[in-house]
Amino acid sequence: MSKDETGDALEIESICARHEQREGPLLAILHEVQEGHGYISNEAVGRIAHYLNLTRAEVYGVVTFYPDLREEPPRPHMLKVCRAEACQAAGGREVWATAEAMAADPDCQVEVEPVYCLGNCPCGPAVQMDERTLGRFTPEKVSALIAGASGGSSS
Amino acid sequence: MNVCVPCDSTAVSIGADEVADALTRNDPAITVKRTGSRGLYWLEPMVEVERDGQRIGYGPVTAGDIPGLLDALRSGDTGHPLCVGDVEALLESQGQRRLTLRRTGVVAPGEWADYVANGGTEGLRKALDMEPQSIVDAVKESGLRGRGGAGFPTGIKWQTVHDAEATPKYIVCNADEGDSGTFADRMLMEGDPLALLEGMTIAGLAVGAEQGYIYLRSEYPDAHRMLERALESARTNGMLGDSVLGSGRAFDIEVRIGAGAYICGEETSLLESLEGKRGMIRFKPPLPAIQGFLSRPTVVNNVITLGTVPTILAEGAEVHSSLGMNKSRGTLTIQLCGNVARPGLYEIPFGVTLGHVINDLGGGCASGRPPRAVQVGGPLGAYMPVERFDTPMAYEEFGEAGGMIGHGGVVVFDDTVDMAAQARFALEFCSIESCGKCTPCRIGSVRGQEVIDRITDDDDREANIALLRELCETMIEGSLCAHGGMAPYPVLSALNHFPDDFEPRTTAAV
Ligand SMILES: Cc1cc2nc3c(=O)[nH]c(=O)nc-3n(C[C@H](O)[C@H](O)[C@H](O)COP(=O)(O)O)c2cc1C
Ligand code: SF4
Ligand code: FES
Repeated sequence: MSKDETGDALEIESICARHEQREGPLLAILHEVQEGHGYISNEAVGRIAHYLNLTRAEVYGVVTFYPDLREEPPRPHMLKVCRAEACQAAGGREVWATAEAMAADPDCQVEVEPVYCLGNCPCGPAVQMDERTLGRFTPEKVSALIAGASGGSSS
Repeated sequence: MNVCVPCDSTAVSIGADEVADALTRNDPAITVKRTGSRGLYWLEPMVEVERDGQRIGYGPVTAGDIPGLLDALRSGDTGHPLCVGDVEALLESQGQRRLTLRRTGVVAPGEWADYVANGGTEGLRKALDMEPQSIVDAVKESGLRGRGGAGFPTGIKWQTVHDAEATPKYIVCNADEGDSGTFADRMLMEGDPLALLEGMTIAGLAVGAEQGYIYLRSEYPDAHRMLERALESARTNGMLGDSVLGSGRAFDIEVRIGAGAYICGEETSLLESLEGKRGMIRFKPPLPAIQGFLSRPTVVNNVITLGTVPTILAEGAEVHSSLGMNKSRGTLTIQLCGNVARPGLYEIPFGVTLGHVINDLGGGCASGRPPRAVQVGGPLGAYMPVERFDTPMAYEEFGEAGGMIGHGGVVVFDDTVDMAAQARFALEFCSIESCGKCTPCRIGSVRGQEVIDRITDDDDREANIALLRELCETMIEGSLCAHGGMAPYPVLSALNHFPDDFEPRTTAAV
């Protein structure tokens, strides 16, 4: 897949090297690999396992356990929509339903994921777009946000 | 003119950055100080200006309000329609007693000079002059109990780690704050992160640990930035490192980021995750205090627990133990949200009633409709009906009324809530976030959703209600941890207090 296999290998090695002195480094390594590539490829799993002297299954098992870690490249934007109780009480179910329906469009440029509380409960319904938390959301606002990001006019 | 505007992520989520920009744009002579939030979220974005040693608040302010507000800010005009007066007096009038969040909303987070000028490091300096055992004793005397949910006495946990012989020992801060309806940890980390670092350092001195970890959920990128800023400031100023405040004793802290799994808030799962593994629950015993991180003696405490420790040391255990009710000492950081007119963080001595919190502090529902159900203590907490509003907010008293204080989250629903849907969601959440180790939690929670669907579809209703109850019993009895063991409580409370909602649906809803 990647244009520069050797470059990838070197990069993953240097990430591993930077973290290996830490106690329990694997999750931090996976985070950094994903930050750079958007996801954790099969090859990356193999390289990390080799470097840390773990089995592939051990590394892969960690990747699959955590909702944040992905095996496929995501869409350009990431929208987390809170589905939890405090946001439900303020109208969050409708915000989620709108976002989920829009994300079903294959041309949608936004990855929509459920999240169970963003700690923004006093100003719910809450969403988080590319690490930016937004409050007091409505179906209209979320629809405009997703449409804006999908139309390439995102900020 | 000095004006304070919060940089707290919730205030920012509804426009605090735009307000700060509008201030400097309209009057370049204004110095804007970014603080945490006071937690008066219905007034956010709130602007404060200093007058004669008082902070006069204005809120909720939009960027568009600024031109019209400038004169009032300059003169400290309390007649302006957005003025809420002296903010400290407002907090006091609500019965707040800020021990843990004393500086949150006051100081610029992570700024060393501001921190020290407002009482920061006083607790640590006292601790450095004490024997480790005396520090543990002070925490015991304070009556401090874990604020992460279980309410375990903190001093006893520290004693176990203090007495353990194996080394090295660790201090782990649980900053996973996964419970819906809770945001106190985030507010402290974003508003006064140095207090958490100070509390962890004191814990390190007490039990003989030199390394601390903060396990922070990935959903909190702003808290992460603030913690990193505070860590740098603490190291630069010698609070962390080889010689804590020149004492010759070492302590340092590292932040680790979680990866979206709710179950990693449970302490043994958290430790697995910190070690870089899948977040599977461990059997207890051994307790983390004996064999925790990397099988070494480990203190695992919540952010609010650790953030309260500096005040206990600085002002004496009695300041804490003199407040509260029966076995619940000190203050509870009540996080009021959902459908409520005045959502926010209220730090109040244990013992006020649930009804007082919702009606008097919260002003009832934001929708103007009557409240009907309140979920206290996160997604595993029972739904309380209005008939239980006289229950005091204290560990044992709330438990006797069938509820759980947990981390202090209070989520209000008005009379349009569908309690069968809430019960179903509790089980859906349980199944999504299960670590998968035990069958009742992993499978039972999925079956339970189907059973609720059959009940509301009027498919063999009575038999399915009996089956749901039985399933809940099995989960309570047969789960290894409280995730599967408590998820039935919101379900059973919905069934017991709101049976009408489990009647067959007349409309084609759900
Ligand atoms: C399913 C589950 C989730 C939990 N989530 C959290 C959490 O997000 N934050 C927290 O501080 N404690 C959480 N706890 C409680 C911890 O297991 C543990 O009791 C706590 O970290 C101890 O610290 P404390 O004594 O200071 O409260 C959770 C417990 C369970 C069973
Ligand atoms: S109750 Fe659920 S979360 Fe807890 S150990 Fe069992 S399967 Fe895991
Ligand atoms: S419940 Fe949605 S942000 Fe907390």
